[in-house]
Amino acid sequence: MATKANIAEHKNVWVFAEQNGGKLARVSLEMIGEGRKLADKRGCELVAFLIGDDVKSEAESLIAHGADKVILAQDPELKNYSTELYTDIICKKADAEKPEILIIGASAIGRDLTPRVSFRLNTGCTADCTELDIDEEKELLVSTRPAFGGNVMATIICPEHRPQMSTVRPGVMAVPEADKSRKGEIDEISVHIKPEDSKIKLIDSVEKEMHCASIEEAEKIIGVGAGAADAESMGYIKELAKELEAEIGGSRPCVEQKVIEHEVQVGQTGKNIRPELYIPCGISGAVQHTTGITNAKYTIAINKDPNAEIFKFANLGIAGDAKTILPALIKEIRRSKGKE
Amino acid sequence: MKIIVSIKQVPNVTKVKWDEDGSLIRAGLPTIINPVDKNAIEAALQLKEKHGGEVTVVSMGPGQVESALREALCMGADKAIQLTDRKFAGADTWATSYTIGCAIEKIGDYDLVITGVEAMDGNTAQVGPQMAEYLKLPLLSYAVGLEAEGNKVRIKQKLGDYERTLETETPALVTVEKEINNYRVTPIDKILEAFEKDIPVWGVDDIGADLVHLGLKGSPTKLRKVYSPKIEKGQVEMLDGTPEDIARQVVGKLNDKFLI
Repeated sequence: MATKANIAEHKNVWVFAEQNGGKLARVSLEMIGEGRKLADKRGCELVAFLIGDDVKSEAESLIAHGADKVILAQDPELKNYSTELYTDIICKKADAEKPEILIIGASAIGRDLTPRVSFRLNTGCTADCTELDIDEEKELLVSTRPAFGGNVMATIICPEHRPQMSTVRPGVMAVPEADKSRKGEIDEISVHIKPEDSKIKLIDSVEKEMHCASIEEAEKIIGVGAGAADAESMGYIKELAKELEAEIGGSRPCVEQKVIEHEVQVGQTGKNIRPELYIPCGISGAVQHTTGITNAKYTIAINKDPNAEIFKFANLGIAGDAKTILPALIKEIRRSKGKE
Repeated sequence: MKIIVSIKQVPNVTKVKWDEDGSLIRAGLPTIINPVDKNAIEAALQLKEKHGGEVTVVSMGPGQVESALREALCMGADKAIQLTDRKFAGADTWATSYTIGCAIEKIGDYDLVITGVEAMDGNTAQVGPQMAEYLKLPLLSYAVGLEAEGNKVRIKQKLGDYERTLETETPALVTVEKEINNYRVTPIDKILEAFEKDIPVWGVDDIGADLVHLGLKGSPTKLRKVYSPKIEKGQVEMLDGTPEDIARQVVGKLNDKFLI
């Protein structure tokens, strides 16, 4: 049970590297970037933990992006994510090697895997962090996450249990540059899994067709809010998205009205975005939405209410109705591109 | 089929207001059953209606959590158990999962444990998987569909970009998404019946929990500080003029920044 750890025995920063269909998830590289910083502050190694089938080339990519070592577990039975098999493998190795810190991307898989691992390792886990740091004096991981429905931020530590575990929201941290000349060690561990080792049978797995690869990775995004969710405004938003080669995301009310899919919801219960350009239309700027947009580089907000909260998060503000502003904007963009 | 549903009573955080200094006003927030936990109750009731059996709802919280359990009984749950003890207070997800896990062990004899994926106040999505680990149950998470046949239970799982079908044998723990069903409006005839039911209150001694793992003291994670997210005010440049004027200014900026 949750007995306190012998802290001095624990060292190194571990990152769980998620793969889907044999390809690293972007969030895994974000975690490598963040893990590298933590490992440098602690003066220790950064170790990536990769589980899958035939994924050695991805292990090399993890090293190129900043890992010193990759623990690699490969087996045909590990091709698809399994809570129980992945938990068993990680926990056995963690019991033997005693990492000080373990960070995991807060994707669907990460949020499923991490709590089970943390409970078995008798340690705490801070979920969905947006910021990680080291308290160098106390030698502790300091994790910051939105709490209370995103209305406040909470800073959380895990002083007496190891590893200190956190999941980090996708899209919050940057992907580091790859350096192919980086050298690292690959520690392939032997796993022999029989189908009957898994109590859960995977009957089928279908990749859903998405409107875009992922809203978190989009460079330009137009946001739809309740104030621009009518058919006419949506028509203009789609046209503008085409002109700018932007993706369309939006706030929770639009998901509930089925104007957009949950996959492209931006904010506390949706995705964090970090586009070069964000254009929220008819979004009032409730904190549930704005916690997801703070990493947008350039924001142009359109809202009828000149006092809307969204303007506090914008570089440019337009107090007006999307229905009248957008057609003029589309026309002007076309003119600028020499189309009209 | 014997089903235990674990629910949480939460402040309605979508109704949060801020005072003039930008501080959160917590007092006076209405409490509700965490909405996706109502989908969990509904999922259990539908299984019971199809296969027979019994639905027991359990919730940990201060005394007022009784009202959430009462509401669950109104929806049609057969029994409710309230976990209230000062020693449970201040628990993080680890200690919460341990406490509810102990209570579920105490109830014993169940086929399924069902709970919502996450609570709307904390949004950690940790307690379901952690209870599964404590109880050594297979975990069927993110269910958007759920069916049972004999000792087999099968879900449709929404795992990020993938939709998967998973199957296991009972007992198992299922976490449900709100898409799984539309939960029922409380049937009138159940209300009176529900208010006559006894809701036992269990404390530390009743669930046989180890004191060192409970509440704030038993929680591996500690809250260091809480603050309001910083809002950087006064940066915005508001554009004036006709829609055409505004459009020209916007396109100018976009061109400057190579965004067109």
